[in-house]
Amino acid sequence: MIALLRQLAEALLAIALAPLLAGWVAQCRAWLQNRSAPSLLQPYRTLRKLFHKDAVLAEQASPLFRITPYVVFGTMMLAAAIIPSVTTDVPFARVADAIALVGLFATARVFMALAAMDIGTAFGTLGARREMMVGFLAEPALLMVLFNAFLMYGSTALPTVVHDALAFDTHGLLLRPSLAFAGVAFVMVLLAENGRIPIDNPTTHLELTMIHEAMLLEYSARHLALMEWASWLKLFNYACIGFALFAPWGIALHADTASPLLLALALLVLKLTVAGAVLAVIETVSAKLRVFRAPEFLSMAFLLAVLGILVHLLLRS
Amino acid sequence: MNLDTLEQEAVRVPSNVAVSCITFGAESWLQAADAMQQAGAVLLTLWGSDDRDRDGHFRIHAAYLMPQRLWIIGHAMPSDSPVYPSLSRLFPVADRLQRAVRDLLGIHADGGDDRPWLRHGGWPASVFPLRRDVDPAHAHAVQSSAYPFVHVSGDGVHEIPVGPVHAGTIEPGHFRFSLVGEKVLRLEQRLGYAHKGVAKRFESMRLDDGHRLAARACGDSTVAFSWAYCSALESMNATVVPPRAVTLRALALELERVANHLGDLGALGNDAGLAFGQTQFSALKERLLRQNAEVFGQRYLFDLVVPGGVAKDPPERALVALSSELSDIKREVNELRVLYTNHAGLQDRLQGTGYVDPAQARTMGALGLVARACGLARDLRVDLPWPPYDKFLPTVAICADGDVAARLQVRFDEVLESLRLCSQWLGDMPAGAICVDLPDTEPGQQGIGMIEGWRGPVLAAVESGVNEGIRRCHIHDPSWQNWLLLERAVLDNIVADFPLINKSFNLSYSGHDG
Repeated sequence: MIALLRQLAEALLAIALAPLLAGWVAQCRAWLQNRSAPSLLQPYRTLRKLFHKDAVLAEQASPLFRITPYVVFGTMMLAAAIIPSVTTDVPFARVADAIALVGLFATARVFMALAAMDIGTAFGTLGARREMMVGFLAEPALLMVLFNAFLMYGSTALPTVVHDALAFDTHGLLLRPSLAFAGVAFVMVLLAENGRIPIDNPTTHLELTMIHEAMLLEYSARHLALMEWASWLKLFNYACIGFALFAPWGIALHADTASPLLLALALLVLKLTVAGAVLAVIETVSAKLRVFRAPEFLSMAFLLAVLGILVHLLLRS
Repeated sequence: MNLDTLEQEAVRVPSNVAVSCITFGAESWLQAADAMQQAGAVLLTLWGSDDRDRDGHFRIHAAYLMPQRLWIIGHAMPSDSPVYPSLSRLFPVADRLQRAVRDLLGIHADGGDDRPWLRHGGWPASVFPLRRDVDPAHAHAVQSSAYPFVHVSGDGVHEIPVGPVHAGTIEPGHFRFSLVGEKVLRLEQRLGYAHKGVAKRFESMRLDDGHRLAARACGDSTVAFSWAYCSALESMNATVVPPRAVTLRALALELERVANHLGDLGALGNDAGLAFGQTQFSALKERLLRQNAEVFGQRYLFDLVVPGGVAKDPPERALVALSSELSDIKREVNELRVLYTNHAGLQDRLQGTGYVDPAQARTMGALGLVARACGLARDLRVDLPWPPYDKFLPTVAICADGDVAARLQVRFDEVLESLRLCSQWLGDMPAGAICVDLPDTEPGQQGIGMIEGWRGPVLAAVESGVNEGIRRCHIHDPSWQNWLLLERAVLDNIVADFPLINKSFNLSYSGHDG
């Protein structure tokens, strides 16, 4: 019972913190561009505004279009419950491994693409097909990153990875060359999967260049709020997967007492702050790639992840 | 027919540049067009006039731009058969111009595209608003009908309609893309949504008031249009504008060029995902606009150029402050240019994108900076210099590459060249009066004004009417030619690059639609 409460608390924490992370990235980007930044709380205000509006649906919209925001948000919430962000000692984390997470993200993607095509507008279809192109290239790269962890720790379950990394690795410092390759590959996949520059531009108003945003053009009010929130949650989830694989320090292995949990929470906020700032720097110094450069970018990520595996095998033998 | 025979028969038209005019019958009209095309002239514009009250005729005037002079070839048609030979076989841009003339005046070209261009159902097909017997106050019920776009068929070909309402805060225009995957097979534009009836409005205005409407035909080229209008009027009256006013006008024109280029340089960065560029260039543009307000009392320089001179005499200390601000801007532009040039990600997006080859640019009659970015040295300030450019010749910015990167380079070069001209004028500003009074104008006089605005050459053709009124005023924006070229520039590019290519042209909807 307590474990379920912990589980619920961890998922709710992710839902509550995700807009804050988005706000922080937006704030850093504004500072780096010499602009005065919007408030850190702007994403929450956006959500409140959207939830207070009346939803407008296209006449031809099928039930699929209506339920997709709930499916996508629910999927991201479930993913947040699986990923050990504060503690590994939660029930859901043990029942599903990282491969299942990739499957969850794919489910959300399929629903979004179908909903985008459901209305039949040119932009929705355009965005959906670009999203599927990015997705089918990003997924193998992400799996290769996860196989790095599997080779190292003998498991793709994130709690085991975190536990082994902290307990048995060289003083928990994670000084492994293969992780460096996998880490870079993971950041590239994160950029592509979350619609960030250089693959997609989350702040653009140019419909013809959009990927993720093009799929949301027909959504409004609560549906749009859920879709936006889900995309922030996805970024939060990816950040937490990254922490679990490459920077697990501080994640509480046992949740019996309060102090490790509080320490884990404080470190999570610290890590998110740093990660958000780094993301903003990457987005500020890069231009957006041409759509057809995305395959090159993601095959580079795939290659780096494979190199990580090879390096690991070479060093072990 | 060759140019020599034309020159013997032509008469000079009052203008700030060299303009010759000649009137022909239908057959010679077409032969003259052929001679112009052979000589490499650009069909700049077509305009019609309703002279039935005077001699029972409609007239069509074609303006051809050559490096040494502007030719205006007129043709009169009896009112019962207002048909003239089509020029679309010789000049691709003629089709749209002819359609616009037909929509407004009901005089037809014998051939070519017969779909409406400016008429979007705001008035019935049987009404021609620019005819003198049409009451401008009469409102018509809106009756829009389907517009037959050219359909592209084939395996996997699909269409994307974009606009007329866009996601950004820009003007209305419709773009119909036919694609295979991401590749653009065809782009068809539909413009005319911003038609305001400027030409009709001119006819109810006084000659000494028309510059205010001209200034508003295209808000980002307000100095160019108002100067062109005022030049036409002043040449008609043989008025000499005082030297201080001439220099102030040129200063304003170059400041307008710099402000627009700065905005575009930032927007090009932003469209390639480099928002940093936009914030930097926007800040520079804003500094310049605030200086405009300090010096001329207007951020966008509306109503600064008036018939006879300029409206405001800037105080000496404002000019000194402007001078130091401009050298600051120059330094920062140079720094940002290094950043843009060395940014591999940005250059990868710009180079080879939206390529226009020089032969195509020549056929389509490319104008202004778009032409200069394809290696065509077309700049009125150098080809047909009017005061003060006859004494201060700018260096023409040329880049032969023809892609988005080239248009970016030309903009950088032009900003720096304009800043150099400005600092010369600011260092040696003539003293004296800023405006002279214009004498009364006889009815039936003609005058042409031509100014190289930031997009390219801007034309105003004015004819005086009774009681100091305007009988007919036609203004032309270089976007007409360049819109057509844009349709070709995007072919074989991916559709996701269209916004970038479009921005590198940055054409006017309002100036085109009239």
